[in-house]
Amino acid sequence: MTPQFILVRFGEVTLKGRNRTKFEQQLIRDMKRKLAPFPNTEIEHTFGRALIALNGEQYDSVAAALKRVFGIYSFSPVLRTSQELDSIREAALAVMQQYDPEPKTFKVSARRADKSYPHDSQKMNHLVGGYVLKNMPGLKVNVREPEVQLWVEIRPEGVFVYAQIEQGLKGFPAGSSGKSMLMLSGGIDSPVAGWLAMKRGLKVEAVHFYSYPYTSERAKQKVIDLARTLTQYVDDITIHLVPFTDIQVRLKQESNENLLITLMRRVMFRITEKLAHARDAKAIITGENLGQVASQTLSSLYAIEQVTTLPILRPLIMMEKEEIIRISEQIGTYETSILPYEDCCTVFVPKSPSTNPNMKIIRQLERSMDWLEDYMDQAVESTERLTIRSEEQKLEELEHLF
Amino acid sequence: MKGYFDHSATTPPYPEVVKAIGEVMLQHIGNPSSLHRLGMQAEQLVTRSRQVIGQSLGVPEASILFTSGGTESNNLALKGISRSLRDRGRHLVTTAIEHASVYEACRQLEQEGYEVTYIQPDKNGIVSADAVMAAVRDDTILVSVMHVNNETGAIQPVEQIGKQLQALPKTAFHVDAVQGIGKVPFYPHKWGVDMATLSAHKLRGPKGIGLLYVREGLVLQPLMGGGAQENGLRPGTENVPLIVGTAKAIRLNMESMSGTVRHMQEVKEELIRELLHIPSCVLNSPESLESGAPHIVNVSFPGVKSEVMLHALEQEGYYVSTQSACSSRDAKASRILKAMGVNEQLASSAIRISLSPEHTLEDVRALAHSCGTIYEGLQTGGAIR
Repeated sequence: MTPQFILVRFGEVTLKGRNRTKFEQQLIRDMKRKLAPFPNTEIEHTFGRALIALNGEQYDSVAAALKRVFGIYSFSPVLRTSQELDSIREAALAVMQQYDPEPKTFKVSARRADKSYPHDSQKMNHLVGGYVLKNMPGLKVNVREPEVQLWVEIRPEGVFVYAQIEQGLKGFPAGSSGKSMLMLSGGIDSPVAGWLAMKRGLKVEAVHFYSYPYTSERAKQKVIDLARTLTQYVDDITIHLVPFTDIQVRLKQESNENLLITLMRRVMFRITEKLAHARDAKAIITGENLGQVASQTLSSLYAIEQVTTLPILRPLIMMEKEEIIRISEQIGTYETSILPYEDCCTVFVPKSPSTNPNMKIIRQLERSMDWLEDYMDQAVESTERLTIRSEEQKLEELEHLF
Repeated sequence: MKGYFDHSATTPPYPEVVKAIGEVMLQHIGNPSSLHRLGMQAEQLVTRSRQVIGQSLGVPEASILFTSGGTESNNLALKGISRSLRDRGRHLVTTAIEHASVYEACRQLEQEGYEVTYIQPDKNGIVSADAVMAAVRDDTILVSVMHVNNETGAIQPVEQIGKQLQALPKTAFHVDAVQGIGKVPFYPHKWGVDMATLSAHKLRGPKGIGLLYVREGLVLQPLMGGGAQENGLRPGTENVPLIVGTAKAIRLNMESMSGTVRHMQEVKEELIRELLHIPSCVLNSPESLESGAPHIVNVSFPGVKSEVMLHALEQEGYYVSTQSACSSRDAKASRILKAMGVNEQLASSAIRISLSPEHTLEDVRALAHSCGTIYEGLQTGGAIR
């Protein structure tokens, strides 16, 4: 069976009353963009779902693209026939015969959305099921636990026959929930946090702190590559690359060793907040995971997040590490994340960072750092902003070579 | 070079390509595997090259593997897949008209215990998709068919074969696309091609570099042991300058293809028309013009040995070829023409004329005229065997 169409079902967007039209239109736009490499495809938008005509494009390639669109609940490769009973039966048989080895049990689930159709659902189950049974001698009906469920949807515009239902990413269409900043380190967690936020409809701008020469160009490149991997799911991602060396070195000179990480994280959040205001973002997303490292104990989280009034969203906060790794493998960031380059959180790590930082000392220390505000402004000013797009990585000044 | 009619052997590189290669050699000297900035820059150049090529050819960038040329790509494709699938089966299907690098690799695989079926072409030099499919058995691990024959320009039905083979996921499909690319549309991704060979210097790129398209998920055994470059499939420090030059050459070719192909087809038709006016001249390329690539014309001047004709034309400033450049040192008549059923006399008097997009109608008329005069002279001058 070569499917001619893909039936796409929208997810939770269907729950949202007022915004539904807006969301659906956004979703259709996202699908169109994702399907741009398949110029023959056509998308027809009906209420709560879409029908993609493949027009000769390969199902597998198009399906792979659909699996990268947030907001799609599920989709199915379908055969479309006229309302003629014989055509429906032929299509049903073709769908059932695609399995190798043949299934042992099945059931037909007919749905009559076109009430003017002469046979009701029950009748259709028999008419179609009987025909399939006659032509596939090894097959039996099992209405309770069928191996294959064969769907027959009778609609005014045609009849759709299918058996496969592939899961979409679900979530909300890209950017439909607003904008937020993502603190992107280059490790395993933060790209996953970003992806989960994007899945929930947030447009994400990444903030990365680098400390050349303590961290290398490759560490910076790694973050760019991670962002690019995430752009498989959205149009583009803006990255803010914040030079952090001066602040980090000075903090090391002037703070108690065990509080260095806490102080550093506080500065990072302050800078991120400044960038968020400049970019009109309403939240900060982090890959923090309760108890994973010293800076992620409850006391540390408490001590660090005092510095900002923006909501801090921590999609991974209660997850198991293995679950986080599983997602990072699934979204394609894992391989890049584990590249062994130093990042600014792994250099200057004190021997025993405090897991229970004392707020009084922290305030005292920071009060004595009269240089800090200037340094932070300086860092924000020197921040490099890049927009990463999914399609290609141009090399700007070297592009003439190609 | 107006008189250069041997573009199937190799093409002059684009000046922009030479310039880019020189710039990379002088200014981007890093090893892509080095950790420092110079290494990273070099790596970025390789990554970007892959993207440009992937985009030009319509394939994912991760599916592009750089090699030292068409010959290595063909060897890697055939031996790499055969060795990695040896427990699944040991039978290969190919054609009797493949390039030496496929043909000889098959011979070597036969020595290793594999069995190879060679499909014969028809008199136009084209194998039938049905014949290829009929030879495929349960233990067939690879089908390898060239896209455009390098001696006659005959276009092989790789699209049909690829699409039919999609029903047999256990059999991989390799296409030697060296002569076809940039001249005849080729969609490896759509046609179910698992591996495809390309060579840069046939596309006005540098010599010494080629590509193997390897569909993602296909596992090959590398020919050489070494570092982890090219996913471990092709160890050795990447040739960054040539990789960049290849990317540029492929892009330039693909961008100009739609315009140049039509022009070349017209020029080719004119050349064939003019050559066939010469008494006794016989066309070895496919009779139907659509069955042949737009840049290759193979004709015989019966009674005059190929090499004599070649040197006589050379004296007039025309450079043609006797058979494939890789086999022309061989004094024997073309294996390809013989497989097509061309008789010994015609096969040993065949020459291959291959065009570039720059050739004009006047150029080929002048060439055909010279062929006529020389042929007549040789026939009366006693050079007849």
